[in-house]
Amino acid sequence: MARFSPGDPVQVQDIRPPGHIRTPLYVRGKTGTIERICGLFANPEELAFGRDGLPLRPLYRVQFEQAELWPDYDGPAGDAVEVEIFEHWLEPAGRNAP
Amino acid sequence: MSDPGRAHHDMGGLPAGPVESSEHDYALWEKRVDALLVLLSDKKRGLIRVDELRRGIEQLGAKAYDEMSYYERWIASITSNLLEKGVITSDELGHKMAEIEARAREAS
Repeated sequence: MARFSPGDPVQVQDIRPPGHIRTPLYVRGKTGTIERICGLFANPEELAFGRDGLPLRPLYRVQFEQAELWPDYDGPAGDAVEVEIFEHWLEPAGRNAP
Repeated sequence: MSDPGRAHHDMGGLPAGPVESSEHDYALWEKRVDALLVLLSDKKRGLIRVDELRRGIEQLGAKAYDEMSYYERWIASITSNLLEKGVITSDELGHKMAEIEARAREAS
């Protein structure tokens, strides 16, 4: 059901649609790693406009290295941030890329 | 640097001041707004979802988003959502607001 598994490298789509978007701008186009599958949820981009948000979509917790997100990051290597992102925002990256 | 693709509310990573961590009491009207959302979104009514509330807040415009307080943003979004769905009409709302303003004037 879920396209990705924990440990898979993924890239967030670098698109900027209007509407109610829960994928923060600072992770768009960035590469991270699937940390876990959170479950299946209705799509908030549709729920926000009064529709049912179906079919349910996989939501992932994706881990990003801080240095990947902020070019001037000067904290310890290995510092990370985790963001919950819906599957339709993610593409395979690294060795999984087509 | 302004980014034309960035929605105003999507401000993660932008420079910002310190976080104000002091506690404050809620005014009665703020508690009422909170209660209103709970009632409107319960299973029985199902008139507004949190995603719709959030979308309405994101559509406020940059100046309003920055200047309105937390619950002012909530009630603005609740209002626009209920108007969109036809739960209330502008006419009803306008007359009720005038009635309450008049009541407040008489009381003062």
